[in-house]
Amino acid sequence: MTIKYKTIKEIKKMISSKVISNKEIVQEVYKLIKDNNHLNAFITLNEETSINKAEELDNKASDLPLAGIPIAQKDLFCTKGLRTTCGSKILENFIPPYSATVIENLEDAGCISVGKTNMDEFAMGSSNETSNFGNVYNPWGDNLVPGGSSGGSASAVAAGIVPGASGTDTGGSIRQPASLCGITGLKPTYGRVSRWGMIAFASSLDQAGPMARTAEDCALLLNEMCSHDIKDTTSLDEHIPNFEDNLNQSLQGKKIGVVQDLDLSSLDNEVIKVYEDSLKEFVSLGADLVDISLPNLSLSVPTYYVVAPAECSSNLSRFDGVKFGRRSANPKDLEELYTKTRSEGFGDEVKRRILIGSYVLSAGYYDAYYKKAQQVRRLIKNDFDEAFSGVDVIMTPTTRGPAFDIGSKGSDPIQMYLEDLFTISSNLAGLPAMSLPNGNLDNKPIGLQIIGNFLDESSILNFAHMYQTRTNWHLLTPEGEKK
Amino acid sequence: MSWETVIGLEIHAQLSTKSKLFSGGSTEFGAESNTHVDLVDMGLPGVLPVANKEAFYKAIRFGLATGAKINQTSSFDRKNYFYPDLPKGYQITQMTKPIVEKGSIKILVDDSEKIINITRAHLEEDAGKSIHDLFEGETGVDLNRAGTPLLEIVSEPEISNAKEAVAYFKAIRQLVTFLDICDGNMAQGSMRCDVNVSVKKTDASELGTRAELKNINSFKFIEKAINYEIDRQIRLLESGESVVQETRLYDSEKNETRSMRSKEEANDYRYFPCPDLLPVVISDKELMEIKENLPELPEEKENRYIKEIGLDESEAKIISSSKTMANMFEDASSKTNNAKLVANWLVGDISALLNRDNIEIDESNLSAENFGKLIGRISDNTISGKIAKSVLEEVWENGSDVDEIIESKGLIQIQDESLLEEIANKVIETNPDQVSAYKNGKDKLFGFFVGQVMKETQGKANPKSVNEILKKILS
Repeated sequence: MTIKYKTIKEIKKMISSKVISNKEIVQEVYKLIKDNNHLNAFITLNEETSINKAEELDNKASDLPLAGIPIAQKDLFCTKGLRTTCGSKILENFIPPYSATVIENLEDAGCISVGKTNMDEFAMGSSNETSNFGNVYNPWGDNLVPGGSSGGSASAVAAGIVPGASGTDTGGSIRQPASLCGITGLKPTYGRVSRWGMIAFASSLDQAGPMARTAEDCALLLNEMCSHDIKDTTSLDEHIPNFEDNLNQSLQGKKIGVVQDLDLSSLDNEVIKVYEDSLKEFVSLGADLVDISLPNLSLSVPTYYVVAPAECSSNLSRFDGVKFGRRSANPKDLEELYTKTRSEGFGDEVKRRILIGSYVLSAGYYDAYYKKAQQVRRLIKNDFDEAFSGVDVIMTPTTRGPAFDIGSKGSDPIQMYLEDLFTISSNLAGLPAMSLPNGNLDNKPIGLQIIGNFLDESSILNFAHMYQTRTNWHLLTPEGEKK
Repeated sequence: MSWETVIGLEIHAQLSTKSKLFSGGSTEFGAESNTHVDLVDMGLPGVLPVANKEAFYKAIRFGLATGAKINQTSSFDRKNYFYPDLPKGYQITQMTKPIVEKGSIKILVDDSEKIINITRAHLEEDAGKSIHDLFEGETGVDLNRAGTPLLEIVSEPEISNAKEAVAYFKAIRQLVTFLDICDGNMAQGSMRCDVNVSVKKTDASELGTRAELKNINSFKFIEKAINYEIDRQIRLLESGESVVQETRLYDSEKNETRSMRSKEEANDYRYFPCPDLLPVVISDKELMEIKENLPELPEEKENRYIKEIGLDESEAKIISSSKTMANMFEDASSKTNNAKLVANWLVGDISALLNRDNIEIDESNLSAENFGKLIGRISDNTISGKIAKSVLEEVWENGSDVDEIIESKGLIQIQDESLLEEIANKVIETNPDQVSAYKNGKDKLFGFFVGQVMKETQGKANPKSVNEILKKILS
């Protein structure tokens, strides 16, 4: 019996039919982590606590919805008593005195948090090359990036180490690595999942979500991750449906928006073909394609790279060496305490964004950059509102192509920023969006993005699940098709 | 050459809420360092602020009392700067949409009234405290105060001199204490102020360059700092130099202001809307409730005291000028049927004791109940006014019960006329020389006889009765 490459649903069944003990599951997870050490997917492991928890479950069976399910947690969520680094040197020894709401929700549902996954530093990056703890490798190739920033989570799920993981998505950080690693990942509506205890990158864009092997598993995880949290005033006080309920609904007559303004010119023909084949698949499932227009879509990337750095420049000010985190040794005065602590503690990409953010907020530039970006953001949101008046979901490729080699885009931040070309707009508009595997090019997976209307994760999950009942892309593993 | 001074004040009033502006941390003063600090106050990674509605309600009271516009939707911004006692590296404040805008307050200087307009009053969180003198070569940080709600009250530059500035600060302090939104305690830093001062030639239309004087926390120092600064600026301008726009610190020991930082060195605060907080909306119902429960303000009290209770204007003004005085007056009056006598004693003997000890009445040993008793015993002739003074002295010392003092010391006034007549006759018999002198026209000696009777009775005789009896005997 192995849990490698198994889904949450399958592991639940294994537990309930007692073909495997909870302890055996957790022990196998740690064996798989060790076997896959080269992926560098984890920063900190939680082995002792996890095994204890599993033993408890073996002694006293639980009817919690996700009892005993091993989950990898992105190292951006604070975990009480367990080191939380956010991929940064400045937090290399930070042990939070409290846990994020998402962590509590998942653990309250019975999940076992087996470890903290590697990530781009402060979630700033699209290839996991900015982590202070080294690159994460994509299990689909020897030198491939897993995408980012939730690269460790994506890599761990893709390698079959854990059936699911938490991720966060500010501009594509769940969906882009999901696409590059061949798994399914969902960024919920902004406000669905509490941000309490998520170390902030860009507060108005950050949203946590599930990463798993299937849409169905994403629904199971999302059911537990969501909550209205009074500790987060941006958390939505809205009805939370059971996300499993609509998975099997017929797509007959449902409408898929196909964006006419999408600039596909920089994409390989193969990538475009994969995308178009998926659309055909949905048509054969009964859905209709509707041309829609998102005229301001091309402004997404520049808008994002004003808003996100602005917020991050402020959010990261608390890392000053005074109260927690790393402090530079022997500063000669206060000024040097700040400059040395932050120069030594932050990596280049983080510094770059703090500089951009400080610039766009500074006196005399605020109106030209930040204010303007907020206005464009409103236009982008309006475009989506209009589009959703006539369609159920919108589909695009998730990324411009499959995973690329480590180091191949490192020197050009703009090339890296374009990685999020298709994903950024749903963060700006606060809309839910998913990536699911829809093709494979030279043994490298690639994903389809499904964007849903405000609070309508159910439709996304419905489309994705129906697609996964008809296709096998999600069953592919780096070791071949799953039996 | 004649110069004109233009002054604007930014007053920070700590709102007396139980918990902090964005967390459940306690706002209590004086606790051990870093014990009233929760995750949010510490600015730990991942924490989020949640706005405390109570602070909004208090700010709205201030707005309503100053006839201001209340923004029922107000929002928060971040003011970014680095300082060790600022845990997040930014302060959450209201830059673009403050809760209160465009109010005004009346001040009184040398018996003439002036209206000072209030530009805005906004909510913001206080920083912690840096402690420089406790650790050799190191600085300590105490975050107990971090996150305490402040109402920053910004005046228009309409104040013309140091006296007006003090009067304005006093008026604001009086108002916030009456509104029960701030304890007004300047020594504990519950109220602090920054002063913007500039001078210009009397006929000039444009304002001069201003200097900002930081963090002054007593009336005396406000006056001194402003006067020093006005002199400094005029001296500079008259010698052909110019005033630099800068922040200056007042040194109360040397009585001078010193440059802290110039405009060039000033922080660019990079204000932007705080993405962690949605705009806070106050409903019509909430606003109505606050309006209906607005406490009586000093001027209203003064008028009521004059019209309904019949106090003198000057008494009414003194009593209504401070929350604690007014409270004592109203509580003690409710326990007697002689409010005017309560007022007399408050303005007279009690004010004298307060001044002597330099305390507020709520810091004294005198409770309203005991004070009411004292007035009651005077009104019902149990004790004389003179005895009452000595009783008050004792209460002032140790807070003993008025009736117990009267009883244990046998101070009950002698009302028995036959007993008083007996004593009066004895006094007259033993002082024949004075009697004959009095009868020969030395009227002033009447007081001597009264004094002797009072002495014989240890002050317990009813002076009115003594007067009457002596007049009868000596006529």
